[in-house]
Amino acid sequence: MIATKENKATIPAQLEGEFQTLLSKTFSSEPEWLKEKRKEAFDSFCQTGLPTRKNEEYKYTDLKKIFSGNFTAVHNESHALNFIPAPIAEGSIRLVFINGWLHKDSTLSSKLPKGVLIGNLATDGLLKHADFLKKNFSSNEDALSRLNDALWTDGAFVYVPENIRLEIPVEIIHISTGKKELLSSPRHLIIAEKNSSVSIIENNISVDTFAPMIINSQTDIFSGENSNVQYYRLQNDCRNVSLISSTHVKQEKNSHFDTNTITLGNEWTRNNLRIDLEGENCESHLNGLFVTNGTAHTDNHTSVLHNKPNGQSNQLYKGILDGRSTGIFNGKIFVERDAQKTNAYQSSKNILLSDDATINTKPQLEIYADDVKCSHGSSTGKLDEDALFYLRTRGLSEDSARRLLLYAFANDVLNTIKNESLKNYLEELVNERLEK
Amino acid sequence: MLTIKNLHAGISEKEILKGFNLEVKAGEVHAIMGPNGSGKSTLSNVLAGKKEYEVTAGEVKFKGKDLLVMSPEDRAREGLFLAFQYPIEIPGVSNINFLKTAINEIRAYKKMQPIDAKDFLKLVKEKQALVELQVTLANRSVNEGFSGGEKKRNEIFQMAMLEPTLCILDETDSGLDIDALRIVANGVNKLRSKNRSFVVITHYQRLLDYIIPDFVHVMYDGRIVKSGAKELALELEKKGYDWVKEKLAVGSGQ
Repeated sequence: MIATKENKATIPAQLEGEFQTLLSKTFSSEPEWLKEKRKEAFDSFCQTGLPTRKNEEYKYTDLKKIFSGNFTAVHNESHALNFIPAPIAEGSIRLVFINGWLHKDSTLSSKLPKGVLIGNLATDGLLKHADFLKKNFSSNEDALSRLNDALWTDGAFVYVPENIRLEIPVEIIHISTGKKELLSSPRHLIIAEKNSSVSIIENNISVDTFAPMIINSQTDIFSGENSNVQYYRLQNDCRNVSLISSTHVKQEKNSHFDTNTITLGNEWTRNNLRIDLEGENCESHLNGLFVTNGTAHTDNHTSVLHNKPNGQSNQLYKGILDGRSTGIFNGKIFVERDAQKTNAYQSSKNILLSDDATINTKPQLEIYADDVKCSHGSSTGKLDEDALFYLRTRGLSEDSARRLLLYAFANDVLNTIKNESLKNYLEELVNERLEK
Repeated sequence: MLTIKNLHAGISEKEILKGFNLEVKAGEVHAIMGPNGSGKSTLSNVLAGKKEYEVTAGEVKFKGKDLLVMSPEDRAREGLFLAFQYPIEIPGVSNINFLKTAINEIRAYKKMQPIDAKDFLKLVKEKQALVELQVTLANRSVNEGFSGGEKKRNEIFQMAMLEPTLCILDETDSGLDIDALRIVANGVNKLRSKNRSFVVITHYQRLLDYIIPDFVHVMYDGRIVKSGAKELALELEKKGYDWVKEKLAVGSGQ
């Protein structure tokens, strides 16, 4: 512990030394402004340390345990991977990252519309668009985001200029692998300018992870005026991985943002999703599904900030929990005084398949405008025994009746996915998951 | 087809069926009538295999096999069908998917190949017409948003699709107006055959104007207290259930 007894901040002991090593080696050729930003962020992180369970935001999620291992953050080594997953969406552009670094075999289609940039942040972004990045790089408030601000290594950089509708989806694949205990810090930046549209799939997977890994991932999305952004976050079967995935979205006026967070078979996941509706007449749809068993831990935190009038936000999060797994849904809605005629809705529904599974749901509404419609609802229950019996009296086995009911429950969320091939892929995946 | 001997059963340690006997042969239609609380719904739940109900004595043989040891799905696969008094709404589960799964699981049980997609759709069309069910089932969830009449017609439609050998109709007439009642009864009558039997449970006689039973049984306090031909139903309608109760009281010397 480098923190003094006085401030009692929880900071993993090795971080200070490793940050200095990163600055003098890995980050040494970076522009000064970025290095300054990193230092600032690291100092700021050190002042607060890891949030403890006394922090309301982390009441049910113990970070100390996750960060207690003997991990390193300095790990720029190449990995020979003989497994790269097949594209999910038809004809997508794929960017593959391993442990926070660009995988050399990533190939990009050259047939992009004029002005569209798709590449990695560390080279394509910093070398070719440094000024642009300087202008658009944001810092985040959350301690883990600050840590990412300081330590990020690489990630996707997607830029869609004005009036361009990028029809081809972009898949950002992050693979965790190896034998060394690691803290990976991927960072993705997505910018959709005025009147543009883009569809992003961020997929976190693990392949041969023989040591415990922490991923502290940050994605920033700018959705310009009248733009249309779809952002799908997939977290499938990350074994031996503690995944922290933070996404911060800023929406300009008349923009439309859709997002789905699908967590299937992960061991430990914390998702932060923050949407700032910064212009009038913005629309956001936040949907989530998680299916867990064993001792899995899935924590979904959302916050939607309505800053301007006529905004609309809709949240639907569903969980199916088996074994001794735990789930958390914490949904915040802020409506600023200026944000009249806001329409904000939130719903969290969960099915507990075992007596030992736990779910904590907490809606948090803070409303300072007086002409708004806001509502929230939450329900948790077991599988409907009467429905189960009804299906069985028609000849369905108990297993297929259960699967049919659970699938119907999950399908509400999958149905909101606009990309057909992704939807089909997930339907199959969820069905498979429900068979176990 | 179905032999029930001295059946005792109940729920939460309360005995409801108290020595129930019934013999149903292939092709027969039996009506079971009785006042509220006589155990009619318990009977249908016990026969369908609802686990909350506990059988404490007696036996039920279905086509020579012990019905009570079978799971609800195996009872269905053996040819038993219960048309529910209150059909359940199941949001998100498509009628068509569910029926196709049901048919194929029944076929697998009988070691038959899955049904061909074309044949299945043809069957759906044909059987829907049987109960004048006009809703487009393909896009709708099981019973979701159905009117009372549509729900009951959907039960008979499912019955027609699954082709059971023993059909139990639990108060199918409840909540139906006269037109819906006629449609449902017509559907049932078209399904009558020499190999298919029916047990029609009802509180009122009016359903039996449309579905003419071979036998009428009066149920009271968990067992059958009187049996007769179809005329018994009319007599009951005229004299009311008190008539049976009074006769019973006299008969037992109270």
